[in-house]
Amino acid sequence: MAPPDAPRTPGPDRSPPPVLDARLRLERDGFGLDVDLEVGPGEILALLGPNGAGKSTVLRALAGLVPLTGGHVRLDGREETATPVERRPVGVVFQDYLLFPHMSALDNVAFGPRRQGLSRAGARERASALLAHMGLSEYARVRPRRLSGGQAQRVALARALAVRPRLLLLDEPMAALDASTRIDVRARLRSLLEGFDGATVLVTHDPLDAMVLADRIAVVEGGRVVQQGPPADVARRPRTAYVARLVGLNLFRGTAEGTTVTLDPAAPAVSAGTGAPPPEDAGAARVEVHEAHHGPALVAFPPRAVALYPRRPQGSPRNAWHLTVEGTERFGDQVRVHLAGRPSLAADISPAALAELGLTRGDRVWAQVKAAEVECYPG
Amino acid sequence: MRSGRSPWILVLPALTGLALLVLPLTGLVVRAPWSTMGERLGDPAVLTALGLSLSTATAATACSLLLGVPLAWLLARTEFPGRRLVRALVTVPLVMPPVVGGVALLLVLGRNGILGRHLDAWFGVTVPFTPAAVVLAQVFVAMPFLVISVEGALRGADRRYEEAAATLGASRAAVFTRVTLPMVLPGVGAGAALCWARALGEFGATITFAGNFPGTTQTMPLAVYVAMRHDPEAAVVLSLILLLVCLAVLAALRERWTNT
Repeated sequence: MAPPDAPRTPGPDRSPPPVLDARLRLERDGFGLDVDLEVGPGEILALLGPNGAGKSTVLRALAGLVPLTGGHVRLDGREETATPVERRPVGVVFQDYLLFPHMSALDNVAFGPRRQGLSRAGARERASALLAHMGLSEYARVRPRRLSGGQAQRVALARALAVRPRLLLLDEPMAALDASTRIDVRARLRSLLEGFDGATVLVTHDPLDAMVLADRIAVVEGGRVVQQGPPADVARRPRTAYVARLVGLNLFRGTAEGTTVTLDPAAPAVSAGTGAPPPEDAGAARVEVHEAHHGPALVAFPPRAVALYPRRPQGSPRNAWHLTVEGTERFGDQVRVHLAGRPSLAADISPAALAELGLTRGDRVWAQVKAAEVECYPG
Repeated sequence: MRSGRSPWILVLPALTGLALLVLPLTGLVVRAPWSTMGERLGDPAVLTALGLSLSTATAATACSLLLGVPLAWLLARTEFPGRRLVRALVTVPLVMPPVVGGVALLLVLGRNGILGRHLDAWFGVTVPFTPAAVVLAQVFVAMPFLVISVEGALRGADRRYEEAAATLGASRAAVFTRVTLPMVLPGVGAGAALCWARALGEFGATITFAGNFPGTTQTMPLAVYVAMRHDPEAAVVLSLILLLVCLAVLAALRERWTNT
């Protein structure tokens, strides 16, 4: 069986054929996009990535708003690559929702069906049913500017679904909301999306949105998918510094030889917080893991698995490194200590432990991690 | 009052400017022959000129909307060679003396004009010195106001709404009529109001191209000019009417726009 974090490859063994089968190649202004996506019926794929990674371009290409320079877009096996935007079976929930300000919520939702040739009455009937499904019947006559963020999001979702799309695209659906309403709106969005039997692709830069809303995450960096898998796998086994930072793990690249991983000195270690390169004193750091591997490997462990000691610890853990304190910051009810050396990493300790250790910038300290806490996977 | 602290070097010219704008209007009201106002307003000549002015200015605005909105869309939303030149040409009538526009129109559409010659020979149509000529002259000087205003509104509009409409199945024409146009409606309204006001006050191009025939081409401004020479009181009355019509339109539009 392939590791869960390996890119999914189309295979005859997967039971339902994908709704979306896209191979997106795009060159524009020195930016290259090279992304392959497959999304099954009812599946929700989140594109997670930093700003400028090309996530929104992927969405625009799928919708037909930007032309591809190569590749294809197929929906239910039908070729849609050259279909103009207004005839693609695609619904889009835009960032900021973009509800037409001069129309009522009902007319916004009825707009699509009307353009598709439905009678005025038929379009309104479909729009009413969708608004009712979204729990917004009493807001049918209201103009968009009178709606709250969460309500506007649901009207936008209803509007996108009203054209009966096979592919639903959501561009940063949570970005327009304030923090206090996000939790409720996110949970509600998830349950509303579950009723859709087509393919859903949503773009976000917030890992929490991706984790809660999606069945599968594709991490996009520099116009390419660098990691793909179920949210739990992505969270546990990040493959790039960006993902490690998002999910809050210390991540190192190295070479495994049995249960010992020699960390790559060439590529500076990436930790959950600090990006400082290690000083050039010691040799290559080694990490002991609990399962044997061979060849290129990634090791990851959470900052809270790191314990700090003023002197070299005695006993079972073999992962002990002598490191320099770079700085400290509050992190929830813990304190995050950034440590430089071989390897550079972040450790979360309690404020009491910090007081006991009396750490300040430049102090030397021993950090240790139990082998059982270290996740090791092929790199 | 904090006005005492304002520097006189600004206050003095400001008050002079205000006086320059307000005093003539006050003079108009003060010197109006109020005692004979009733019968003067009922004068068929006055009513004819007023009717002609209102109908031609409205027709000119309608023409400008019909032609100018698409022109503004072309300038704001498409890229074609010479677009900047076209835009410059559209604004020429804004800065040109209207009387020059009248001469130009006469050279093109006059009985011996470049196009007018053929219109006369083939269809027996002569444009100059007809109400149609009045409308044409007004469109020539007033349409640029509308085009500039609508183009600005279109450039300021958020294009992403048009993309949203496209993803919902709207053709380019449907996007324009259902989304773009309603969203820039305030800009179109402001442009139309400017256009109408400019058409109502049009004088130079009209008298050159359409002449000054009572009943057919003598609009209010021309009537004021003629009356000024033999019956100044009549000129005052006509001017007062023009002023009131403009104020009424301005008030109506303000009311409408500030409420929505």
